[in-house]
Amino acid sequence: MSIEILLNFGLLVFLVAVALALAGMRHLFPVAMLTGLYSLLSASLFTLLAAPDVALTEAAVGAGVTTVLFLATFGLTRAREKPVKTSRRAIGLAVTATTGAILVYASLDMPRFGAADTPVQTHPLRHKYLVAEQHEIDVPNTVTAVLAGYRGYDTLGETAVVFTAGLGVLILLGRGRRTKRSDEA
Amino acid sequence: MREHTVLRVVAQLIIPPILIFALYVQFHGDYSPGGGFQAGVILASAIILYGLIFGVEAARAAIPPRALRIGASLGVLIYGGTGVATMAAGGNFLEYGVLTHDPVHGQHYGLLIVEFGVGVTVASIMIAIFYVFAGRGRVKGREE
Repeated sequence: MSIEILLNFGLLVFLVAVALALAGMRHLFPVAMLTGLYSLLSASLFTLLAAPDVALTEAAVGAGVTTVLFLATFGLTRAREKPVKTSRRAIGLAVTATTGAILVYASLDMPRFGAADTPVQTHPLRHKYLVAEQHEIDVPNTVTAVLAGYRGYDTLGETAVVFTAGLGVLILLGRGRRTKRSDEA
Repeated sequence: MREHTVLRVVAQLIIPPILIFALYVQFHGDYSPGGGFQAGVILASAIILYGLIFGVEAARAAIPPRALRIGASLGVLIYGGTGVATMAAGGNFLEYGVLTHDPVHGQHYGLLIVEFGVGVTVASIMIAIFYVFAGRGRVKGREE
């Protein structure tokens, strides 16, 4: 248990360090790399928190695909951040500090980590998903059973969202490339 | 990046295991962590790695953009079609239990088919977005 706490603590310290390093950077290439590292650390944290499904997604999307897309975007735009006026920086700092303070204040209202009397533990649905599921759907991975079974409508909607988003990107960017190429030919 | 021998050899070594792992995450998602979304992204990352190392044109030759557009729509159709099939079999929309005589088996088939649809759509869209971004960069680079 204490090793787990140490690992959690270490990962969180690394996350903060990476975030601080990110804030001070002007070149966007290292920013993309460090964002990938941030995702990888988050994925490790999710694994420690016994959420391997989320960790898989975070590692593949955050550390993998997103980094590549960032790099590809730098090919289209500039890879260096524009200098920002000092007055604007002050506004940004104030907004960030306020949001952070509100989030910390809100987190004081949350139940203690690992508490037994949270809604997650006491809600009737817990029994439905964790116990009755084993008879109704009989799939060891409850996450899959909930996502595709009990919450099948939501997942259908999510799939449609991914499809629509991809379609939007293809319509916005895919067409221009082709006309450009036909001009070349 | 074609001249980097180390990158090419390492990529050739690890791309097949990534593909296999994607299939494992896809079809073993009922029993182990993972599912359609994760599998789709892992599969896409294998193809994107291939495109990064061997060039986008080579990736395009392996998986043409046309197939991706068909795949992206097919995935959503598989998902929605499963719902229609369950309605045709006399149940509610996406009530997998009516697919077979044994409701629990029906649930298993339903989950597997639906997750497959999710995986196909996610993988196709991710690869398609990569093609579009990388393709634009290359064209622009050639002009300069």
